[in-house]
Amino acid sequence: MSRILACLALFAAMLSVPAAAQDQLPPAPYAYRQLEDPAQEQKAQDLMETLRCLKCQSQSIADSDASMAGDMRNQVRLRIKAGEDPEAIRAWLVERYGDYVSYKPELTALTWPLFAAPLVLLLLALLLLRKRFTRRLPVGEE
Amino acid sequence: MIAETGLALLWFAAALALLQLFASVMTLVGGQSEAEMGGVVRPAAIMQGPLVALSFLMLMWLFIRTDLSVLLVASNSHSAKPFIFKLAGTWGNHEGSMLLWVTVMALSGSFVALVERRLPERTMIATLAAQAFVSLGFYAFLLFSSNPFERLPTPVPEGNGLNPLLQDIGLAFHPPTLYIGYVGLSVAFSFAVGALLTREVGPAFARAMRPWVLGSWIFLTIGITAGSYWAYYELGWGGWWFWDPVENASLMPWLAATALLHSASVLASRDALRTWTIMLGVIAFSMSMVGTFLVRSGILTSVHAFAVDPERGSFILALLAIYIGGALALFGARASTVNEGKQFSLVSREAGLVVNNVALSAILGIVLLGTLYPLLTEAFDTKVSVGPPYFNPVGAFFAIPMIVVMAVGPLLRWRRDSFDRIAKALILPAVLTAAVIVGAVVLAPGIRVLPLLGLALSIGLGIASLLPLLGRNLLRTPLATWGMVVGHFGLAVALFGMASESAFSTEKLVAADIGDTVEVGPWTIELAGIEPVAGPNWTAIEANMIARYEGGDPVSLHPQSRNFTQPPMTTSESALSTRWNGQLYAVVGEEGLDGRWQLRLWWKPFVPLIWIGGLIVALGGALALIGRLLGDMRKAHQVRRIAERREERPMGGAMPEPAE
Repeated sequence: MSRILACLALFAAMLSVPAAAQDQLPPAPYAYRQLEDPAQEQKAQDLMETLRCLKCQSQSIADSDASMAGDMRNQVRLRIKAGEDPEAIRAWLVERYGDYVSYKPELTALTWPLFAAPLVLLLLALLLLRKRFTRRLPVGEE
Repeated sequence: MIAETGLALLWFAAALALLQLFASVMTLVGGQSEAEMGGVVRPAAIMQGPLVALSFLMLMWLFIRTDLSVLLVASNSHSAKPFIFKLAGTWGNHEGSMLLWVTVMALSGSFVALVERRLPERTMIATLAAQAFVSLGFYAFLLFSSNPFERLPTPVPEGNGLNPLLQDIGLAFHPPTLYIGYVGLSVAFSFAVGALLTREVGPAFARAMRPWVLGSWIFLTIGITAGSYWAYYELGWGGWWFWDPVENASLMPWLAATALLHSASVLASRDALRTWTIMLGVIAFSMSMVGTFLVRSGILTSVHAFAVDPERGSFILALLAIYIGGALALFGARASTVNEGKQFSLVSREAGLVVNNVALSAILGIVLLGTLYPLLTEAFDTKVSVGPPYFNPVGAFFAIPMIVVMAVGPLLRWRRDSFDRIAKALILPAVLTAAVIVGAVVLAPGIRVLPLLGLALSIGLGIASLLPLLGRNLLRTPLATWGMVVGHFGLAVALFGMASESAFSTEKLVAADIGDTVEVGPWTIELAGIEPVAGPNWTAIEANMIARYEGGDPVSLHPQSRNFTQPPMTTSESALSTRWNGQLYAVVGEEGLDGRWQLRLWWKPFVPLIWIGGLIVALGGALALIGRLLGDMRKAHQVRRIAERREERPMGGAMPEPAE
């Protein structure tokens, strides 16, 4: 719930005069601006919420003030505007920054337990419930 | 002298815990010959509470005086900090927060020893042995690797200050709330171990444990709700839950405590689910420990990881292994000697509670796996992230059936029932749920599946949760039943808020000149001015915005961008305007080169219901707790009356036991 610290600390370190923040250019046109087409903006927003801000702790690029997150938002919006598919943009970012950047784990040799877990838990649950209810005693008394 | 006194008090308490453990173990293994040792156990436990509390007050005193010859104060406080944050700074750091943990633990130990007289004395001694064993680990951790009273060789002229994000009134009370919850679960754990050791797993044990589980569950609920609201307004991007490992660390004990609470109820009133309740007691405390480990070990770098110190991490990991491993081993050895208790049929209230328990445990498993998995893959040199795209759908997969059962279960009778009996009552919630689904799909095409289901189920659950009150005399309905109804209703309210927030929020990011107006949802917002302001230890840029809801009366909003100097950091102070049907959320960012200001605005329909719902859930817990405690007191009074009468007329013969 508190991942902004890292970004802010970095920020503060970069701006040695924190009060004079005006010397900062908006890092990129679409970092703090939405796309004109609401459908496209929605697509971009959905994608950005599942991309990690690499300089922060557990924060998506959609929730971060870090300049790198701003750059990435700009990239995402530009590419969506150019008509690229969100999953293609994700793949491009994963290629550049590694799996770490995406909050949506892909099914690989290393991550399959994540996807098996719900099924295993479901089976366990059903087994447990079955055991519980098949050991029925005769009606009436315990 | 203050620091040394505090440290001495702590050592004294630790010695008493050792005595408590020794005496209780001797009593348990020594049989008759060592019986008099048992007399020491309770006093030793009772003494620790005041001693540690005094020690904690010493640390508070050091922080209030800003005694810069003490390492902890120098590195976490500052003389120019407002008084309330000097006070809260006591626990806004690793050592202080661990001392707070131990304080709460010792006080609850005292309380248990002082008050709890219903259990067989042997079980009680075993419980206090477990309590002493757990306490000793934490005393050792505090004294050997996190001494809060350490002095500096030479005092420093000024302290380092407290992280500005923590300088917030909500955060000042967030850790104590969660800690009370965590520690309450340690007491429940001690009861479970005590009952296992003496093979006394029955309704009496469940009744003794239940207030502790309820109490800690109430605090965890409030702590999570408050933490979520803090993240929402303080981080400045309008998000309220991030599946951050630290959030998960508080959610996992809550899930386990929720399951434990329900299964303890079954054990207390129906003498069923014995092993399951013990198991959950062990899991619930394990989750508090895992939470503490994740947060305190420095494995996660965040505002919470005050100390990135591998030694401390290994210490907590060792404690974790000893307690959880020990408890599981004991459980494995003894579980077969505890029988499951009474049976029940597939359609019964017990069955509903079993489904709830299984679903909660599955969600707990998912959250645990998703939180730890990135740490595991790092061992293979691959960093992966597990976030909302994983937790939301997989969690919902188990949560949705649970919500359905939650709507139906409370209407069922204990032991055996039939759907035919309750079918009529369920028509209204079922029809409304279907109506909401159809209505939302027609009115808001493109709504996603999870928010849609959330909206529909929240309406159905909201109505169904009130049905148990139908046909009852409301004044004579037991408080505990009220608690259940209110708690379930609160969850429906929170669910409605969550679904509405994710389905209907609108966002606007703009660069605005002074005098510009911006529209977001039904609001029109004018940026009327920007001016600098100063606080006790910060300076800020403050925007003056005039907002109108559908052209109505103006509301003024003053979001700030604050700069702290001790330590240097910028935070966004959002400005909120709350209406009955939602919240307007405004943030001011930086000034661009063209002189325009970055504004971030959101209209979030019904978002406050998330936290209002959370508080209603906690209120339900409080009603149930009060109801149970009053019931216990009445019963104790009856028992005393009967005993007195027996003394007056020692005629022998069977005296009726008080009714349950």
